[in-house]
Amino acid sequence: MTAEGSAGTEGAAGVAGAAGAEAAAGAARPGAAPRELQARFEELIAADERVEPRDWMPEAYRKTLVRQIAQHAHSEIIGMQPEGNWITRAPSLRRKAILLAKVQDEAGHGLYLYAAAETLGVDRADLLDALHTGRQKYSSIFNYPTLTWADIGAIGWLVDGAAIINQIPLQRCSYGPYARAMVRICKEESFHQRQGFELLHDLAHGTPEQHAMAQDALDRWWWPSLMMFGPPDAESAHSAQSMAWRIKRHSNDDLRQRFVDISAPQAEALGLTIPDPDLRWNEERGHYDFGEIDWSEFQEVLAGNGPCNRQRVAQRVRAHEDGEWVRQAALAYAAKQEAKLAAKPAANLSENPSETKEVVAA
Amino acid sequence: MSTGLPLWEVFIRSRRGLSHQHVGSVHASDAEMALRNARDLYTRRGEGVSIWVVPAAQVSASSPDEKEPFFDPAADKTYRHPTFYRIPEGVKNL
Amino acid sequence: MSTSSLVDNSLVAQYALQLGDDALILSQRLSEWCAHSPELEEDVALANLALDLLGQARTLLTYAGTLEGRGRSEDDLAFLRTEREFRNVLLVEQPNGDFAVTIARQLYFATYQYELYTALRESTDAEFAGLAAKAVKEVAYHRDHAVQWTLRLGDGTEESHRRMQEGLDLLWPYTAELFAADSVALALAETGVAVDPRTLRPAWEASIAAVIEAATLTMPGGSWQPRGGRAGEHTEGFGLLVGEMQALHRQFPGAAW
Repeated sequence: MTAEGSAGTEGAAGVAGAAGAEAAAGAARPGAAPRELQARFEELIAADERVEPRDWMPEAYRKTLVRQIAQHAHSEIIGMQPEGNWITRAPSLRRKAILLAKVQDEAGHGLYLYAAAETLGVDRADLLDALHTGRQKYSSIFNYPTLTWADIGAIGWLVDGAAIINQIPLQRCSYGPYARAMVRICKEESFHQRQGFELLHDLAHGTPEQHAMAQDALDRWWWPSLMMFGPPDAESAHSAQSMAWRIKRHSNDDLRQRFVDISAPQAEALGLTIPDPDLRWNEERGHYDFGEIDWSEFQEVLAGNGPCNRQRVAQRVRAHEDGEWVRQAALAYAAKQEAKLAAKPAANLSENPSETKEVVAA
Repeated sequence: MSTGLPLWEVFIRSRRGLSHQHVGSVHASDAEMALRNARDLYTRRGEGVSIWVVPAAQVSASSPDEKEPFFDPAADKTYRHPTFYRIPEGVKNL
Repeated sequence: MSTSSLVDNSLVAQYALQLGDDALILSQRLSEWCAHSPELEEDVALANLALDLLGQARTLLTYAGTLEGRGRSEDDLAFLRTEREFRNVLLVEQPNGDFAVTIARQLYFATYQYELYTALRESTDAEFAGLAAKAVKEVAYHRDHAVQWTLRLGDGTEESHRRMQEGLDLLWPYTAELFAADSVALALAETGVAVDPRTLRPAWEASIAAVIEAATLTMPGGSWQPRGGRAGEHTEGFGLLVGEMQALHRQFPGAAW
């Protein structure tokens, strides 16, 4: 139950201790030598148990998680932009409602993930700052533009599809709050992928112009979607360590293969053609073979030279800066209310015995 | 410079008859807004009938370092559990 | 369907269009905030409001299409009418402005919708009564959201106070139209199908005044009372809103989505 519904933030504990998890734990227990702590951590990992926020953890493990969870969270909120681009133009009211709910979910997922990251002793404001200044990345896929309505379908089907394949194993990630956030997110993502598939299906079986629009979207989104799984295993900088720590459970190439195997028959069902002449079923391997990925394009986009890198970050920064006066107002109001409360006689305070606020649905 | 809002832990009663369970956290300037943000974020799919929010800074947590003195002493008190006791065969409603 | 055979279906359809267009256009405006909000939590909150309104709009436009008996669907009505055929009040089409302007628009309109739907629950038209019973809960939350933010912006910082006051002042003139003696509503009010908009004003104004006072703001005034939305005479920016909303749908005539 807890694990199910939890986006997981022992955020309180995070604030209290995880920031200096290592230092605090080490210092608090003179008896616990670093080697002993390290051994206990490794036991947890070996036993496939979850590491929880206040546990001692190697600094490198903590940093890896912060980087990965933050990047994941950034991807969710930057991902709102290409899809949000079509909300006001959705071609039917039903599609408008679906898309709006979907983009709202992306914001929600971003929030679940920032909450998980905060259990590691970092602050969301700092993570956003890192995004805004380019010190932290988000998924390169969102640096491609949504040029037509069919792109909304392609994102749902391919990009969310790829994300799900990445995320399902993360539900068993060794870090508890991240794993729990992923449980929640995966549950919601399957709606995203299905609506994208349905959208494309309707286009592919619509007028010839609609079919062409769907094919064009697949042509543009297929290869970038394959790149979402990251560089080949041989060149992946962080993979091996992450696998050892059970942050990651499958290699980039394995997950990519799985994605191709799942997507190829789905494309057939859509009546669309995957833009890869080398794509064919390999009976011997029991998998689809597919063509070479142009990694130079991936590197270019990663380096900031994709079609929309600058635009995405600029919009994000603008929203944040435009909101500064609002956040300040809310804080100022809260401070005034607190001061008013403090000025009241003590007798009144006892009527409000707890800091907990409750709302009960009718 | 950017202003971050305080962190609140969110607990939700998913339906009547169940306890509130921790589900995650939100940022908000104060308790009223935290409740509303929690409602919008954590009950979009009808997941709750009641919400608590608590300032994250107000939560005291037991430390993993105290895990052994805190929790291990309870491990060997098997007599606290009903299965500890032998009941003669045939005795019912016990 | 209307419960009374004496009621003119085309009038009821027009009333459904008025309320439906109000919800649709405000939803469209609110969804423009997506990924632009002051805080991530607010992106989620504003999208919730937009989704509620969109749901109301779909019910109402579908009902209007059924009543007029010309086989028009919710999408035909949303995407194939010209801007002169929209019946929403001018308030809901006003641009988002800064966050304070949006909150002022929300405060005025959600408070109005709350009073309207509360009364409309008693409509002799089962469809309206059913919609109102459901929607009143949604707009009660919308109003609460607007009230919370009005308090915080009004009694927050100097800058937020100034902006909130400007937002309230900017949109105040457009509130008169909400309570104008519209002929469709008045005719239907006689048979208990619709609510006489004039009757909603006292409770609305008392509620608004209380919030504005609590937020240390000043009740706006002035005699300029622009109107025309119910007759299809909109503001200049409305054409752009409609153009954007309809562009894709109109590029592919007859296509299904």
